[in-house]
Amino acid sequence: MVREITLGQYMPGKSFLHKIDPRTKTVLLIAYIVFIFLCRNFISLLIMSLFSLLVIFMTKISFMKYLKSLRMILFVIILTGFFNIFYGSGEVLWQWQQLKITSGGLINAAFVIVRISMLMMVSSVLTYTTSPTDLTDGLERLMKPLKIFHVKVHEIAMMMTIALRFIPVLLEETDKIMNAQKARGADMESGNLIKRVKSLIPVLIPLFVSAFRRAGDLATAMECRCYNGDKNRTRMKVLHFSIKDLIALLGCLVVFAAVIVGNMYFPAVI
Amino acid sequence: MSVLKAENIKLVYGAGTSFEKTALDDLSFEIEKGEFVGIIGHTGSGKSTLVQLLNGLLKPTEGRIYLNGKDIWEKPKKIRNVRFKVGMVFQYPEYQLFEETVYKDIAFGPKNMGLEEEEIDKRVREAAIFTGLREDQLEASPFELSGGEKRRAAIAGVIAMDPEVLILDEPTAGLDPLGREALLSQIADFHRVRKNTVLLVSHSMEDIARISDRILVMSKGRKVMLDSTKNVFSHGRELESIGLKVPQITKIMMMLKEKGVNVDTSVLTVEKGFNEILNILSQKTKE
Repeated sequence: MVREITLGQYMPGKSFLHKIDPRTKTVLLIAYIVFIFLCRNFISLLIMSLFSLLVIFMTKISFMKYLKSLRMILFVIILTGFFNIFYGSGEVLWQWQQLKITSGGLINAAFVIVRISMLMMVSSVLTYTTSPTDLTDGLERLMKPLKIFHVKVHEIAMMMTIALRFIPVLLEETDKIMNAQKARGADMESGNLIKRVKSLIPVLIPLFVSAFRRAGDLATAMECRCYNGDKNRTRMKVLHFSIKDLIALLGCLVVFAAVIVGNMYFPAVI
Repeated sequence: MSVLKAENIKLVYGAGTSFEKTALDDLSFEIEKGEFVGIIGHTGSGKSTLVQLLNGLLKPTEGRIYLNGKDIWEKPKKIRNVRFKVGMVFQYPEYQLFEETVYKDIAFGPKNMGLEEEEIDKRVREAAIFTGLREDQLEASPFELSGGEKRRAAIAGVIAMDPEVLILDEPTAGLDPLGREALLSQIADFHRVRKNTVLLVSHSMEDIARISDRILVMSKGRKVMLDSTKNVFSHGRELESIGLKVPQITKIMMMLKEKGVNVDTSVLTVEKGFNEILNILSQKTKE
């Protein structure tokens, strides 16, 4: 069960997207998120969707993995889509007392669903194709200007690295503890919601204890080595902005420009 | 009739993905009631996977497992009952403790079995005695215990279910020599008194050699041999070829034999080895 969670899991590969600089990927992802919310009509949305699918295809990672990442937030997607149906103006298609479904509402719902799904899948592209160390390395460099305001950029990046690094460890641990409790007859698969939540206590308590133990051990180990990665640190892998990054940047610029053109020349529906 | 029987079991992890890996292949064996069987194998030989199959935590991709002659996966909904009959102590079991008191934690298994309050109390106290926990420790929080005591408490939690077959996966891992010794003799005592079937997974030949009746040797997901302890260790060279070590004393006997001294190479304990060498020496002096 827990093995199926794929969020934030790096999948090694050699695709174009694996090779571009994490900074480029992060900045482009942020721009992407902005632009997917800028789409005002179906033409723009279609351009963005096709572009998203192309990017996903280029990672050479099975599409199933992306669908699995969607499954985790399926409930959120359905719920927001459902409520959006009832908000919006335009032609009234169905009405029951105060509740009414309008054409505008349906379009809203479609936009929200596509946007959230694409957002989730393209965000997964970043985490799937970038190793956690590269990712936080990139973020640290991007956040460097904040040092002027005495933000502890390196410490934040280190915390993120550690958090990401321990996701698979804790998942494995959860699996082990669940098995151990199942062997003692814990029943986690049947019963109503309250019963199921209660049955998680034998798993959660050992998991928390172990997480704190690990955190303590790690902190001690870092202290013992006088860890201070902020000052005078040199890197084995220095991030380079290469021709590949330029290609990615230009490619995205073309798509974003197309979205703006699409917004300008076709009537807005939302 | 055998208590546990495996018939051509095969287990493939992550079937259909790029991580596909055959952990066990075409494994068959029978274990008799009341036996003490040691399972040895190199890291990654499939020992831990095998024991998880035996109590229904994993389902074999192919083949069947019989408990008292009944296929354990006959009714998948009743698999919990199999887990009560085949008790399983995992590696580093102390990480599974969660209750407020040691007593409650040991009672978790029996409670899940739906036993009466009195019966639970009796079982918890018995299990505590078997594992050498003191009466006053039962009311302490499991997190206040020392590492070795935590492990005892966790093992007691499984023993309290009084399983027909008790499986222990590396129960002595990470314990100091004294703790190891004590825990092993407690397991041996439990087996002698209760007459339950016990399966002990370990990579320590010394431990296994001393207390098992029979040994199942695994390598790369396959059964290499299942034979009496004496017979298994007389195949010293074969064991070494799959990366296992025979007990030191057995190794010495093997080397003596190769040098032309007529000793018994199936000696497993230091005392017996000592007597064997003494015998040979006294024979020589007579000559």
